[in-house]
Amino acid sequence: MNAVIDMQGVGFAYGLQPVLQDIDLQVSKGEFLAVVGPNAGGKSTLLKVLLGQLQPQYGQVRVLGATPRKARRAIGYVPQYPNFSRDFPISVSEAVALGALGRSGARRNIQAGVYRALQEAEALDLADRPIGSLSGGQLQRVLLARGLVAEPEILILDEPTANIDQRAEGDIFDRLKRLNRRMTLIVVSHDIAFISSYVDRVACLNRTLICHATSAINSAVIHQLYGDHIHAVAHVH
Amino acid sequence: MFTEFLTAVAEHAFLQAALAGGLLASIACGLLGSLVVVNRIAFLAGGIAHSVLAGMGAAHYFGFSPLLGALATALAAALLIGWTRLRYAAREDTLVGAFWAVGMAVGLLFISKTPGYSSDLMSYLFGNILLIPAQSLWLMAAIDLVLIALITVFYRPFLAISFDMEHAALRGVPVMAFYLLMLCLVALTVVLVIQVVGLILVIALLTLPAATAGHYVHSLRQMMLLSVLLGSGFTTAGLALSFGPDLPAGPTIIVLAGAVYLLSTVIRAWALKTRAAKTVNDSLPVNP
Repeated sequence: MNAVIDMQGVGFAYGLQPVLQDIDLQVSKGEFLAVVGPNAGGKSTLLKVLLGQLQPQYGQVRVLGATPRKARRAIGYVPQYPNFSRDFPISVSEAVALGALGRSGARRNIQAGVYRALQEAEALDLADRPIGSLSGGQLQRVLLARGLVAEPEILILDEPTANIDQRAEGDIFDRLKRLNRRMTLIVVSHDIAFISSYVDRVACLNRTLICHATSAINSAVIHQLYGDHIHAVAHVH
Repeated sequence: MFTEFLTAVAEHAFLQAALAGGLLASIACGLLGSLVVVNRIAFLAGGIAHSVLAGMGAAHYFGFSPLLGALATALAAALLIGWTRLRYAAREDTLVGAFWAVGMAVGLLFISKTPGYSSDLMSYLFGNILLIPAQSLWLMAAIDLVLIALITVFYRPFLAISFDMEHAALRGVPVMAFYLLMLCLVALTVVLVIQVVGLILVIALLTLPAATAGHYVHSLRQMMLLSVLLGSGFTTAGLALSFGPDLPAGPTIIVLAGAVYLLSTVIRAWALKTRAAKTVNDSLPVNP
């Protein structure tokens, strides 16, 4: 089997608080997987385990056949929120170039990579802008470019549509769909209805994996995932 | 007044040494001060600076070089604070505060038990740029060379951990090692600058030129260069200003740096407001 990510029996707890239980998850090369679930359902923790930032107490995690820490450099990561202060003196292209750290190569190749990544994220016009002058949506595209610049085999995005108005959501997923032709994608999202039309598979996470839907998600699953406190909204396109 | 100062510099070796000391300190302050400002670790740097009194006091008491004592304490404080911060995400402000006060207390205890006249205490605390011995200048120059070399070689990893530490770690940068190295370089800078303005005023010379430069630049590299220039201007002009009315040089330098920073902040706030108003005005529809 051609699994780029293989989690078996993974469990993680913060102190006495179990956050992930009994997670079995395989992701194949080239797949577009969405991880959905309620807040505090363990989505962020799952990402941290995949990125090697947290060591699970139970189970085994292999990424590209190695431990997550060793596979780090082959993963592109796009966080939900920028983890830096907006007044840092740095231009967009310089910030994106930092995404190529840990990859050997001449400076000229890095510059070419930055150019390509910015183009792909439709942020080329922002290259010379100071990072502090960007709007939320522009910053999101720059973070995507930074995640792409090292040509990762797996791209992981945490809530890529959280800070963006609804009209732009479709643009983002179209862009991701194009990227999916050459890399495996994992997207964490709270927006099930919207995302399910773009991805190959949805993994529903609420401490444990509740479903592994390849088909559309029905209301029974949503109930199981979020409990009864959800309002169904008729949604006609 | 300034020509009077220049003639005096040409005549007196101690003024030449003071001028050279100020410029050497400005190089270190520009480079590391920029990192301190963008990493927001001014308080941490202050803790390192003040804990140094423990080493200087001990050196005074046991009769070895205060500079050596300062160097050892500064490096030890930098490593301990940095390691605890990264490893345990400990309450950094409490920890730094403890180093700050306990370091000074230990230093004062040693000094009080040292027989003889402890005139050195004031020069530890406030520095005396007019009494820099020639050998200290050589040491300061050597420290500057080490700082320039390391920052040139490791510019990208330093930029990466300062900008976004989590992301740097994900790209495989040994974050802990570079963070501790950065704090050690801050410690070296502190020891160097203590010669000029003393340990209480170090923090101002470390942050004010860099913070002022930060108003006008869009990259860390430019910030470092501009703050070296600003620092050189502050130390030279401060020295010149203090010379005529016979003011202490260190405080004059700091007051000057503070005044320029304040002025720059006000001008920048005003410029941003004007530009924003102009943008709004320009985007209004034009009446036919």
